[in-house]
Amino acid sequence: MLQEESDLSLVIAQIVQKLKGSNLYAQLERQAWASLQRPEIKLQSLKEDIKEFFKISGWEKKLQNAVYSELSVFPLPSHPAAPPEHLKEPLVYMRKAQGSWEKRILKSLNSMCTELSIPLARKRPVGEQKELLNKWNEMGTDEPDLSLFRPVYAPKDFLEVLINLRNPNYENGDSLSFRTHLGLIQVPLKVKDIPELKEFFVELGLTTGQLGIDDSTQVPPELFENEHVRIGQKVLAEQDSAAAQQYIRQGSPTALRAELWALILNISSQPEDILYYEQLKTNVIQHDLLVDSLIYKDVKLTASNDDYYFVFEDYLYQVLLCFSRDTSVLGHFAYNSASPPKSYIRGKLGLEEYAVFYPPNGVIPFHGFSMYVAPLCFLYHEPSKLYQIFREMYVRFFFRLHSISSHPSGIVSLCLLFETLLQTYLPQLFYHLREIGAQPCKVSIWFLTHRTVP
Amino acid sequence: MSRPKNQNYKGHGLSKGKEREQRASIRFKTTLMNTLMDVLRHRPGWVEVKDEGEWDFYWCDVSWLRENFDHTYMDEHVRISHFRNHYELTRKNYMVKNLKRFRKQLEREAGKLEAAKCDFFPKTFEMPCEYHLFVEEFRKNPGITWIMKPVARSQGKGIFLFRRLKDIMDWRKDARSSDDQKDEIPVENYVAQRYIENPYLIGGRKFDLRVYVLVMSYIPLRAWLYRDGFARFSNTRFTLSSIDDQYVHLTNVAVQKTSPDYHPKKGCKWMLQRFRQYLASKHGPEAVETLFSDMDNIFVKSLQSVQKVIISDKHCFELYGYDILIDQTLKPWLLEVNASPSLTASSQEDYELKTCLLEDTLHVVDMEARLTGREKRVGGFDLMWNDGPVSREEGPPDLSGMGNFVANTHLGCVNDRNNQLRQLFRSLQNQKKVSS
Repeated sequence: MLQEESDLSLVIAQIVQKLKGSNLYAQLERQAWASLQRPEIKLQSLKEDIKEFFKISGWEKKLQNAVYSELSVFPLPSHPAAPPEHLKEPLVYMRKAQGSWEKRILKSLNSMCTELSIPLARKRPVGEQKELLNKWNEMGTDEPDLSLFRPVYAPKDFLEVLINLRNPNYENGDSLSFRTHLGLIQVPLKVKDIPELKEFFVELGLTTGQLGIDDSTQVPPELFENEHVRIGQKVLAEQDSAAAQQYIRQGSPTALRAELWALILNISSQPEDILYYEQLKTNVIQHDLLVDSLIYKDVKLTASNDDYYFVFEDYLYQVLLCFSRDTSVLGHFAYNSASPPKSYIRGKLGLEEYAVFYPPNGVIPFHGFSMYVAPLCFLYHEPSKLYQIFREMYVRFFFRLHSISSHPSGIVSLCLLFETLLQTYLPQLFYHLREIGAQPCKVSIWFLTHRTVP
Repeated sequence: MSRPKNQNYKGHGLSKGKEREQRASIRFKTTLMNTLMDVLRHRPGWVEVKDEGEWDFYWCDVSWLRENFDHTYMDEHVRISHFRNHYELTRKNYMVKNLKRFRKQLEREAGKLEAAKCDFFPKTFEMPCEYHLFVEEFRKNPGITWIMKPVARSQGKGIFLFRRLKDIMDWRKDARSSDDQKDEIPVENYVAQRYIENPYLIGGRKFDLRVYVLVMSYIPLRAWLYRDGFARFSNTRFTLSSIDDQYVHLTNVAVQKTSPDYHPKKGCKWMLQRFRQYLASKHGPEAVETLFSDMDNIFVKSLQSVQKVIISDKHCFELYGYDILIDQTLKPWLLEVNASPSLTASSQEDYELKTCLLEDTLHVVDMEARLTGREKRVGGFDLMWNDGPVSREEGPPDLSGMGNFVANTHLGCVNDRNNQLRQLFRSLQNQKKVSS
């Protein structure tokens, strides 16, 4: 009991520490001071009265949402003496694999740099800055010569790395048995089986209503749809993040989806957020990064060729170019097994004082990266809001889809889960696919890395 | 067994009384070589006739119609895919004339509010005969953009935008001496139309909607609305500053295909379902309902406006392609009606849409005499107008006139046509078994 209590107070202390630097804290302080004018605040019961005021005015809810947001990325409890790498990834062999994968990516990037003699970053001349600013809303019309650029890697390259992952402490044995895993992923991670999944996804059960199923044309809306929409509107009115997350497990009505997702991610476009985005935009205008060309190339290769996403091409540039320059993204590397690449000032290799992260947000875009943003364009049309939503989704979910880790929601576990389920419940299909050289993971790697939100 | 007498139970145009004979095989003819040919060839019991053979069904092109319709005898069961004078609806100058006349009539009969429902056509003037009227309007609204469209051409040919009178000098109707008139080449008939300067944009791009309406007869008026359709996007971002750029303003696929930006893989089309969903997530379901019911109004009123002039021959049916533009206030505008909408497929998705559209068209035409005539839905087609509005609800209409009426249209909604057709034909078969 005592241990749990002290664990809890540690968590609380850490979250308070994080929130202290946030804008919400400043606002709460201001609100508290301003409330002293109010007649219902009495000196004798100052603390309780202010708390009551916060509850009524909705500020408590905002604080709750902020705490909830912090909790969602809060690391799982671990040994107090564990070094920070363990927060990123507890298993040594996974860390090593991620490290060498990163080395390969950087090597590829550096060699492209040298071949093309293009600097990693360069300040734009004033004329070019003006031109870019004019074209900001239609960067898609630009047709720079990208023929010499190649994407740094594609999901299939990443899959190759995952296939070769091995736990050095685990001896599989050469003899085949019924235990042999037929799939490509050969690491012994624990994945859920169907009964556990049923429990985990209880809201998808047959006796629970779901939008997309129970609102089909034959079902009268009174049975489920109307009530569900009504509850959705209520949740939005209450502005409760946790309630919203629970609510959308049964499906989100189309008209409410944008607001619900923003609520769950605790995103409300404050003036500071818009200002922050404008600042990133200025960074883009002033400096040109090599990764910009990679982004251009990726958008042209993927989203622009898609029947449904080609209209949003311009938005993708506006989001991704800014994303590359956003240093606040570096924060997520505390719980991501990946680490941001470093670049050293010429001649000072290895000296930490002369190191910068490159790109500024530490994320090197790969082939298909822009497709993370593309579906969000259906919901959000204002660039700074779209940006915030994407950034939050990336640092909470998407990063897990392209870094090597043992996390249950990481790509390795997802692939393994997919293969295990297939092998357990459709073994003949699995075997057949193997025989014809179409390993299920190979076939569906794009889907797994892009369409699953862990 | 007596049936309550109400509109929902009216048959939709199959011959009453006399039992319709089932034919052993249906001879079809067509000159079109695309999706239509595929659909016709695959239809069970349909055989192709070529050259001078006798046919039961002809999907003809309009030029054949013009030359031959009047001296072709057709048996009662024979069907042909155009109305003799469809151009009353599809040629821009006639369409405008008919609509204007209909509007006046509505105003006389039902008042200004009802007549205002016909205001879905941007102000249009025939050139050169209405040149002076046009100039009057032009002067009342200085600085706005106008669009000139040739009356009879398609695929975006000959269209241009203008803001100054001198750009259209050729259409100036002047008093000329008879000598001059003899030498001058007559100008092609155009219409000058107010250009919609605030189109709804998605991703900064302009688009228009293609919707399919099937008319089985004009007197009485029976029209079906297909659930699927698509939004055609312009490849470049919309801006008024360059009115010379044909590629920005004209969204016809034919014009887009020639744009230097055009990559065939870059589909320029969105299915209507996706479009409807996009709007619903942005503006909410009510605004979308209003928009789509305004579009229903366009289809019905435009057909009503030509009801009295079109020669309603019982052999004829017609599949129209309506082009609709949405502006930023979510008001739909009618751009034009096509009597021969393109049936060539631009992509796999497009191919499927068009084949299903044509299959369902043939189901409604019902050469096989399978339908009872009381269906409100056949595949992807919903009966939109049956000599009166058709309600989604079953049972007698709400005679109190209070607004619980929901139209039987589902544009941009789920099109589970396979299921519906299966159920429909199964129940028709059962009914036949019972009655035989």
